[in-house]
Amino acid sequence: MSARFNGTDRYVATDDLMMAVNAAVALQRPLLIKGEPGTGKTLLAQEVAGALEAPFFEWHIKSTTKAQQGLYEYDAVSRLRDSQLGDARVHDIANYIVRGPLWECFEAERRPVLLIDEIDKADIEFPNDLLRELDRMEFYVYETRRTVRARHRPVIVITSNNEKELPDAFLRRCFFHYIAFPDKETMAQIVDVHFPGLKRTLIREALEVFFDLREVPGLKKKPSTSELLDWLKLLMAEDIPPEALRRGDARKSLPPLYGALLKNEQDVHLFERLLFMSRRGRQ
Amino acid sequence: MLIDFFFELRRAGLKVTTTEFLTLLEALQARLADFNMEQFYYLARLILVKDETQYDRFDVVFAAYFNAVESALDVAAGEVPEAWLRRQAELLLSEEERRRIRSLGGWNALMETLKERLREQSSRHQGGSKWIGTAGTSPYGAYGYNPEGVRIGQSESRHRRAVKVWDQRQFRNLDDRRQLGTRNIKVALRRLREFARSGAAEVLDLDDTIRSTARNAGMLDLKLVPERHNAVKVLLFLDAGGSMDDYVRVCEELFSAARAEFKHLEYFYFHNCIYERLWQDNARRRTQSVSTWDVLHTYGSDYRVIFVGDATMSPYEITYPGGSVEHWNEESGAQWMQRLLAAYPKAVWLNPQPRRRWDSTPSIQLLREMLGERMFALTPAGLDAGIRALSR
Repeated sequence: MSARFNGTDRYVATDDLMMAVNAAVALQRPLLIKGEPGTGKTLLAQEVAGALEAPFFEWHIKSTTKAQQGLYEYDAVSRLRDSQLGDARVHDIANYIVRGPLWECFEAERRPVLLIDEIDKADIEFPNDLLRELDRMEFYVYETRRTVRARHRPVIVITSNNEKELPDAFLRRCFFHYIAFPDKETMAQIVDVHFPGLKRTLIREALEVFFDLREVPGLKKKPSTSELLDWLKLLMAEDIPPEALRRGDARKSLPPLYGALLKNEQDVHLFERLLFMSRRGRQ
Repeated sequence: MLIDFFFELRRAGLKVTTTEFLTLLEALQARLADFNMEQFYYLARLILVKDETQYDRFDVVFAAYFNAVESALDVAAGEVPEAWLRRQAELLLSEEERRRIRSLGGWNALMETLKERLREQSSRHQGGSKWIGTAGTSPYGAYGYNPEGVRIGQSESRHRRAVKVWDQRQFRNLDDRRQLGTRNIKVALRRLREFARSGAAEVLDLDDTIRSTARNAGMLDLKLVPERHNAVKVLLFLDAGGSMDDYVRVCEELFSAARAEFKHLEYFYFHNCIYERLWQDNARRRTQSVSTWDVLHTYGSDYRVIFVGDATMSPYEITYPGGSVEHWNEESGAQWMQRLLAAYPKAVWLNPQPRRRWDSTPSIQLLREMLGERMFALTPAGLDAGIRALSR
């Protein structure tokens, strides 16, 4: 297993992000990642697993997810049904314990990477219910009276979109990293990693348009990295020449295929209104 | 080691705990920072700060503490224009320090000393990043934190990154120092719960299933019940506009938390005091308002009522007909308030105005009396007390 995470050939990590991952791995603490949507929070865990050559487990959180579901669930209904049919399995309660992602992860042969995605989607008490499990890396199964312990302390990456604030007790146990929006230099690296063959001029023009667009005040959802990558993919597929982008900056005209960058009807309207005003201002 | 730094952070209002501090020491022992200042900064931030809104405060403390130790004056003396140095010092120094410098022989003497000291140091350490000066009050060493000022070595430095990461303060606009966040609002609102089952039967009712299976001679008979929901009903009246502009943010947070928490939530806006018309959309308040009578008739007395407003106005706006600042009201605000309070006995008023101003504002006094003292400050503690009063 390689010792350090330095980004991968598909994922550009900044210095502070590398430090965050390496410290979390070395000190065996969960790493909480926040950041604008589309800055690669979810992707990070996969890439870490790839770089460390570790087995990868995912637990995607929804508003209805309970902490218990990550550990295990007791399928009482199946057992009830089996008892009606006279199935022999019914005598062992362990047959009806369904393992959750956390249990699966604890049983892994090598040190695994576990992604708990969008923890803020769940009920506000959800993180509190996981304190002991994340601290001690063990939990108790009441039905079978046994304690499940992690064979190897997993590397845990938790992402949050800031929809809810997380409780202090939970935060204290985590390392926290906020993925800041990449600067132009890093962005050029990211684009290069995803589209190695892309024409230099197109990248430059596209990045200009993109960062100009992010500067437009009042946008509800600023375009982020993943939107930029989608947009570049479209530009390439449509074979838009770099000159088309250069025609006036983003503040003065809608960029071609803007649908990939502006995801919100209000934003498009706002943008068109600004365009209209700036044109009128020039006349 | 670093204990002063830890206490500096706490003094700046960061909620750093001993455990986290020990973790930082553990990380340093594990050689994660490699004796590199920038790495150390990242590491400390990673472990000690748990919220991006606090990054900026951390940066300020970090800069103040460590720049006193590691000054960024790594530009040779000749490259520093004197006028600039003078301005920099002016920006940094307090009136008292300036007076002391004058007593030391004025600016020129000071600059001479500084240049001399810089020369001395660069000759001893071959152009490296030698720290100048002493921490504290020395004008050269106190390369203190200064957001607006120009920094030495910002251009043409031999190091690629002349400006320290923590000096860039790139997280400045994330700092909000909010008192009341959505989380503690939600936690407070949770007290107001009345569970009831209604809607589609989707959850297995174990007791009933066992009972009817037994009655069914052991053949399985599944029974389902609807899921439990919070059935409490809430009417929210929000003061909008005018003096409430300062509190838009906290009201928005309260509103979004209430929306998520209560299934039966109805909200209406009013201006300053409640009169005969209310509205649900601020942009179309002139065209789409509803009669307060309709509200009284539509929602039953099982609704809990929360008023949110600063209650700061002229007392006439409450007590006299025609007192409204916006229109002619046939009946006084007090009459409307009394009607609402009679219809909804469970009501509280949340006031974002600081508590100390309440006693000196007659309109607040008036409304407090009307509500039987059930007016609470819109702070974590006040909200908590208010919701308690409401659930009684």
